[in-house]
Amino acid sequence: MSCAGHCTKVPRNSNMEKLQHGYLFPEIERHENMHLEKYPHANIIDLGIGDTTEPLPTMVTSSMVDFVRGLSTSKGYKGYGPEQGEQALRKAIADVYYKDLGIKPTEVFVSDGAQCDITRLQLLMGPNLKIAVQDPSFPAYIDSSVIIGQAGDFLDKVGKYKNIEYMKCGPQTNFFPELHKASRPELIFFCSPNNPTGHAATRKQLEQLVDFAKVNGSIIIYDSAYSAYITDDSPKSIFEIPGAREVAIEVSSFSKFAGFTGVRLGWTVVPEELLYSNGFPVVHDFNRIMCTCFNGASNIAQAGGLACLSPEGLRAVKSLINYYMENARILVNALASLGLTVYGGKNAPYVWVHFPGSKSWNVFAEILEKTHIITVPGSGFGPGGEEYIRVSAFGQRDSIIEASERLKYLLYQQKN
Amino acid sequence: MSITQSLSTPLSSSSSTFLAPSTFNPRSQVALPVKSLGVCKCIAASQEADTAYKTKVSRNGNIAKLQAGYLFPEIARRRNAHLLKYPDAKVISLGIGDTTEPIPDAITSAMSKRSQALSTIEGYSGYGAEQGEKALRSAIASTFYRDLGIEDDDIFVSDGAKCDISRLQIVFGSNIKMAVQDPSYPAYVDSSVIMGQTGFYQKDVEKFANIEYMRCNPENGFFPDLSSISRPDIIFFCSPNNPTGAAATREQLTQLVKFAKDNGSIIIHDSAYAMYISGDNPRSIFEIPGAKEVALEVSSFSKYAGFTGVRLGWTVIPKQLLFSDGFPVAKDFNRIVCTCFNGASNISQAGGLACLSPEGLKAMQDVIGFYKDNTNIIVETFDSLGFKVYGGKDAPYVWVHFPGRNSWDVFAEILEKTHVVTTPGSGFGPGGEGFVRVSAFGHRENILEACRRFKELYK
Repeated sequence: MSCAGHCTKVPRNSNMEKLQHGYLFPEIERHENMHLEKYPHANIIDLGIGDTTEPLPTMVTSSMVDFVRGLSTSKGYKGYGPEQGEQALRKAIADVYYKDLGIKPTEVFVSDGAQCDITRLQLLMGPNLKIAVQDPSFPAYIDSSVIIGQAGDFLDKVGKYKNIEYMKCGPQTNFFPELHKASRPELIFFCSPNNPTGHAATRKQLEQLVDFAKVNGSIIIYDSAYSAYITDDSPKSIFEIPGAREVAIEVSSFSKFAGFTGVRLGWTVVPEELLYSNGFPVVHDFNRIMCTCFNGASNIAQAGGLACLSPEGLRAVKSLINYYMENARILVNALASLGLTVYGGKNAPYVWVHFPGSKSWNVFAEILEKTHIITVPGSGFGPGGEEYIRVSAFGQRDSIIEASERLKYLLYQQKN
Repeated sequence: MSITQSLSTPLSSSSSTFLAPSTFNPRSQVALPVKSLGVCKCIAASQEADTAYKTKVSRNGNIAKLQAGYLFPEIARRRNAHLLKYPDAKVISLGIGDTTEPIPDAITSAMSKRSQALSTIEGYSGYGAEQGEKALRSAIASTFYRDLGIEDDDIFVSDGAKCDISRLQIVFGSNIKMAVQDPSYPAYVDSSVIMGQTGFYQKDVEKFANIEYMRCNPENGFFPDLSSISRPDIIFFCSPNNPTGAAATREQLTQLVKFAKDNGSIIIHDSAYAMYISGDNPRSIFEIPGAKEVALEVSSFSKYAGFTGVRLGWTVIPKQLLFSDGFPVAKDFNRIVCTCFNGASNISQAGGLACLSPEGLKAMQDVIGFYKDNTNIIVETFDSLGFKVYGGKDAPYVWVHFPGRNSWDVFAEILEKTHVVTTPGSGFGPGGEGFVRVSAFGHRENILEACRRFKELYK
């Protein structure tokens, strides 16, 4: 870097320097744009970034329209809302997702989405601790850890940050970490159903995880953004596990079950029983962060969220979920029919495909070049993702079917 | 902070906890400022604390440095405590700067349209660009930065200035020193503490170590004496100012830009109230030559369009703003925006775009004019009572001097005797002691009634 003009004397944040490249999903987009420049008429099918595609149910948008119209009236105008979220929405979240699990509305903090909450939780926890992540995992956990200063230097040889515990999750161990091998991290990021592998942890696995956290004094940050996609009886919330209230925070989102990726709404649950080593309640400090570094989710989005959680709303979004899961089934069948080993797609809208002996960015590039389909290379989620490709099941049915055909054709060609 | 909060759960002694240190004593009751119930919720930690399970995760020492809750939830708590004491009182809130007037139809109709469109195949959109929708970025650039050399992609749309301030702190990291005006909007100092840039709070001077507090008072025309401050990395500068209402002149901002240039500092210019300026003081730091190499600007739709609940703002980072090694600040901010954020709500952005149409701009100017008329009424009232009054000309805040008096005492006296909520000046820093901020957001009849009560109290 040089200074032809004026350089300030403000040093660049050394944590930012530790980041290896751009955030994963904008990088995927860059590749898409380059591909479009090369093939301007290509009919690109995007099964990369997990972006919802189906319109919102009308009863949800009508609620938002009503609320918006109210903002133009004296009676319906609302200014600042509580930073923790509208009371009615906090209560609805507690009632719908945590009934009988002892979670109170006051422990629910509404946000503008899980990605934002993850950073706020890192801001809360501070730089002087060590995180553990599943490997592979949603990149925001590692990236936010680097940014906040927890992660240490990147070790090129192993493709890992020095101070992060990477807990490999592969088919050999039923996509659950071998906890006895893990050192004692302060924070454990755990996503179930998992992005990118699609695995939903079993009750037994989560009991092990809670036990591990309890024995080691760790805090679990449990990402349940895809819990609405669970089709079997895997737990939907960490708080279904006895003792979890003392060791876990749960983060979730309206993005993937309600199509709110652009509307922006999510929540985080911090139980009152969760205490720092000096006995101070974590929820107190999280509240302080929410009041100081945030100013509440958009009240319009919150009105929409409340509508989603009504009985009618829940029915309506369920049909969206079913739609995407049918997409997943189509993709799984198509890929499996070619003899590929395919994971996920049963409890999550992601299909995790194994290409043994491959470099995932090469597979990604080849699929893109030859079929104009965007996927996500597994190594973008960590070294444990190498040899895998994540295929997202969000898309319009005919695109999914078209994509399946193209993939079948490509892989059939390659085999013969 | 909304007036419709339920107060059905009893409060425990909340009024004194603002001044209480936040060090945790397991044997005492802990007040949780959980605002949704409009009350402080207490965990009776006395007996159970010793046997309760504790994780081995240390509390973040930076957050432990904070002295009390964030200022505005504290004001809200006091207000709610007062309402419990006087359930029939007609409390008027001129404390938190919360807009009160309905959003003009020209703007809400665009948001209705966008909401409805999300139910259709053609109109549905998922993730938007984290930096904001192109049309909105473009509209912001052409509305506020025309001819100032700011390009569309220098604009980053957000869910509001307060959130952007923390994201900027994350960009800059813990190893930098900031300077703030004193008094100043509390989020600058608080976010700096949380980020680990500061030392401990020094009770005797009411300041955090390692922050440069630049006194702004009537004697120096509310512009700091830059010759007296040591070199900070970052300078937070808010103009028109919250809480003093002072709008810096072209000469003053030129001085500030020169100071930043000479010292290699970066100015974070908070221009959230720029549209309230009456005369021709600069509305953007980028009106000053050379500013693009030393400054970035944060702004918001909150106080222009009544978007305090809708949530929309923006930050401008010129390409010429570089770290000491030549790396563009905008690149790191972009990385933060992509990793720690996921874009402002698409519905809010549709509203923002409508705000910047000719019709929307006119509608915003009308509402701003309304609040400015409120401000005049308040200024005249305190003037007529013989008070020294500042601000109110270029901002919706009136900064009233109560010489020799403790501002929390004045706040309490006004609240107790007139049922009007204001904000004590010391909440904005030691430089605010002896002042009270009166916000001019309110229905006209409430403003008039509040002024009537002030006249009664101070006649």
